[in-house]
Amino acid sequence: MSDAPVIPRPEPQYATAEQQAETASFGMWVFLATEVLFFGGMLLAYTWLRATYPDGVAEAGRHTKIVIGSVNTLVLLTSSFTMAWAVHAAEHGRRKALTRLLAVTAFLGLLFLGLKGYEYHKEWTEHLVPGLNFHEDSVHAQTIELFYFLYFLLTGIHGIHVTIGIGLIAVMAVRARRGAFNSHYYTPVEVTGLYWHFVDIVWIFLYPLIYLVGRSGP
Amino acid sequence: MKAPPLPLLLTWAALLALLAMTLGLAYVPMPGPMNVVLALGISVAKALLVLALFMKLFRAPTLTRAAAAAGLFWLAILFALSATDYLTRKVEHVGDLPAPTGSEHQPGNR
Amino acid sequence: MTTATVTGKSDEPVVATKNYLTEEGVTLRSWLLTKDHKRIAILYTLSITFFFFVGGLAATLIRLNLVTPAGIFTPDIYNRLFTLHGIVMVWFFLIPSIPNTMGNFLIPLMIGAKDLAFPRLNLLSWYLYVGAGFLALFAILIGGVDTGWTFYTPFSSLYSNGYVVLALAAVFAVGFSSILTGLNFIVTTHRMRAPGMTWYRLPVFVWSNYATSVIMVLATPVLAITLMLVAVERLLRVGIFDPALGGDPLLFQHLFWFYSHPAVYIMILPGFGVISEIVPCFARKPLFGYKFVVWSSITIAIVGFFVWAHHMFVAGISLYAGLVFSLLSYVIAVPSAIKVFNWTATLHKGWISFDAPMLYALGFIGLFTIGGLTGLFVANLAFDVHVTDTYFVVAHFHYIMVGGMVSAYFGGLHYWWPKVTGRLYPEWWARIAALLIFFGFNLTFFPQFILGYLGMERRYYSYPPEFQVWNIFSSAGASVLAIGYALPFFYLGWSLFRGKRAGSNPWAATGLEWQTSSPPPAHNFDKTPTVTRPPYQYRPEPEPQDV
Repeated sequence: MSDAPVIPRPEPQYATAEQQAETASFGMWVFLATEVLFFGGMLLAYTWLRATYPDGVAEAGRHTKIVIGSVNTLVLLTSSFTMAWAVHAAEHGRRKALTRLLAVTAFLGLLFLGLKGYEYHKEWTEHLVPGLNFHEDSVHAQTIELFYFLYFLLTGIHGIHVTIGIGLIAVMAVRARRGAFNSHYYTPVEVTGLYWHFVDIVWIFLYPLIYLVGRSGP
Repeated sequence: MKAPPLPLLLTWAALLALLAMTLGLAYVPMPGPMNVVLALGISVAKALLVLALFMKLFRAPTLTRAAAAAGLFWLAILFALSATDYLTRKVEHVGDLPAPTGSEHQPGNR
Repeated sequence: MTTATVTGKSDEPVVATKNYLTEEGVTLRSWLLTKDHKRIAILYTLSITFFFFVGGLAATLIRLNLVTPAGIFTPDIYNRLFTLHGIVMVWFFLIPSIPNTMGNFLIPLMIGAKDLAFPRLNLLSWYLYVGAGFLALFAILIGGVDTGWTFYTPFSSLYSNGYVVLALAAVFAVGFSSILTGLNFIVTTHRMRAPGMTWYRLPVFVWSNYATSVIMVLATPVLAITLMLVAVERLLRVGIFDPALGGDPLLFQHLFWFYSHPAVYIMILPGFGVISEIVPCFARKPLFGYKFVVWSSITIAIVGFFVWAHHMFVAGISLYAGLVFSLLSYVIAVPSAIKVFNWTATLHKGWISFDAPMLYALGFIGLFTIGGLTGLFVANLAFDVHVTDTYFVVAHFHYIMVGGMVSAYFGGLHYWWPKVTGRLYPEWWARIAALLIFFGFNLTFFPQFILGYLGMERRYYSYPPEFQVWNIFSSAGASVLAIGYALPFFYLGWSLFRGKRAGSNPWAATGLEWQTSSPPPAHNFDKTPTVTRPPYQYRPEPEPQDV
């Protein structure tokens, strides 16, 4: 589309490019508010489960893969950092740095997904997948199954968000490489960043709720 | 590639420190719900860091902050008003039936 | 790219040469790929009209079945009929009805914008709606669903033998259509207003749709995730809503009503907006207490989230929770009552003319008041125990949804018809239809209050013979109602080709949408308008805040 570092004309419904930029960012924030409630429903279910069956949930929590979970948290926090750095680079019109940082962020996202996939695989071999191959001899078997039901839903839906995020970041990286952005126009990068940080925040809450449950117990 | 701006670098360091802290504290036996409270408190701190510095919420227009707050406020409604039921609901013990413990049904291998 | 400058604005009562219906071409492709909010509004109108008749057909069959105490259909077919009626009417007609048709068409016009903030998202929203509609129709055609529109667990997740997962998927998808619309409206209202269009100069219709959008954006995701949990529970036999698996069915009800009670306000708030436009215009007076009407909408959008468990008084929630939700439910009556008082005060000493939109609006005020007041009955813990799941509740919410919202929909449709099509509808026929709808509606649903109070349960295909006389009244009323709803289909269709040219402002109404030509040009205004006055200036010399 564009070949020189110019500011694209705003779409016809906007008066100015500035209006368009601020509108896009606000739109993303409203969307994130929707997302909060989307995850909120599952979190209420989780809270109910944990309050109703504290012992079972504690035992289930000790089945989770703490090392993978913690490394993944590290990976995602770092990716948020590189994303914020990328937006900073965009702000200052540093095209090369922007491209690289976006690539690193996308790579960290992929790493997260890879580790997550490995974790799912281990859980499958340990018969921890509810409805498909669940088998557990504990007295809390039923609670553990419910815990893992929510675990797969929460991490699965989070994983879908990560995948979408990686896709968006990859598109941004390609566009950045082609010089689509400059210090006056980088709204798409900024909005993608907002989304990515949100995905990170969701994980920040999932991490203790999934992996740190019952660790201080027997 | 130039070095990252200091505020972002410090935020990242703080996030990693908080991660280490929450991981370590999880293994310390504490009375009552203290483990959960601390873990979630640290999560809130981490989320605030990301919101404030990575997402630049504190420099954002009021409108943007309102949108962010709305999501959290409505989440709070969901939890608080559900709690009016769950915190006050009594599971009546009818005859010899015990309150559900999750152990009655052995799901078996399906 | 396409900054075609529209030239030659004419105020004569002839159809504008350049208008949104023809400007971008008239091919099917130009319609299906349009980003113009007005065209998308037309697409929505056609789709929801289709679903209105699908849901109406099911209602007709329900009323037919209830003519005799023994019923005509098998219980299983009857269950599928009322489920079909509920799902289609709630999610495929009522929720998108006013926002996605008139809201889509009018919000940019009313605020002086060229389009919504995100036109592509708007089109995507329609495609999601259509996709979801096909899924729902498919589920209906291959056998239907027998859970009721509420999908209560564990019946829906364990016992039901209908196509529950398909129906859940349809509702899930249509939910995202409504989220995208809500998001678009919120952002548009905040960011796209014309110069001088301050918040307190916005028409109440825009405020109402804004309040509706807040609910759409913040409640619908909870419904989506809840339905997803039910679907997984049904498919994999593992879940947190089934007591046999260690779950809690009340958790489903809490999550479901967290959406579905506010959804009632999604269905009625846009109606408030339409009435607030029509009443001042046909009473030739400014809307009484503009700020109260505006803030009562916002209050309803928020407090509407505080009352959901009044649907669960007998479901096994704690008595304490029952008390809290009962009290909160009384609170929401206050902003609703404020609106009714303000509309009636607007009528006071007005120069009222009884054109069809006004007839619908007056019908709305009366029927909504009955629906709202009986809402107070069922918000009362003790009385609700008596009438839960009876026809009293059915009558109550139909007075709001049909007597209220559908009247407002038809009122708005007639009011803005000249703007949308450039043609006037035949007034005499329109008045006849409005009266038929009003009387048919009351004949249909008032007997149901009595039936419910006497103890007739809803959702049963048969009933004791002593209830038959009231049921016959109700079914007779339904036939009148059906004629009332079918009439506009014909005379509005006729007016498309033969109706008189409307000119830009046939009602001599205020509001920016009446300042552009009818039908409006693709980019709405030749020159972005500048607003200098508050809305509803229906007197040449507005007196200082009197009364």
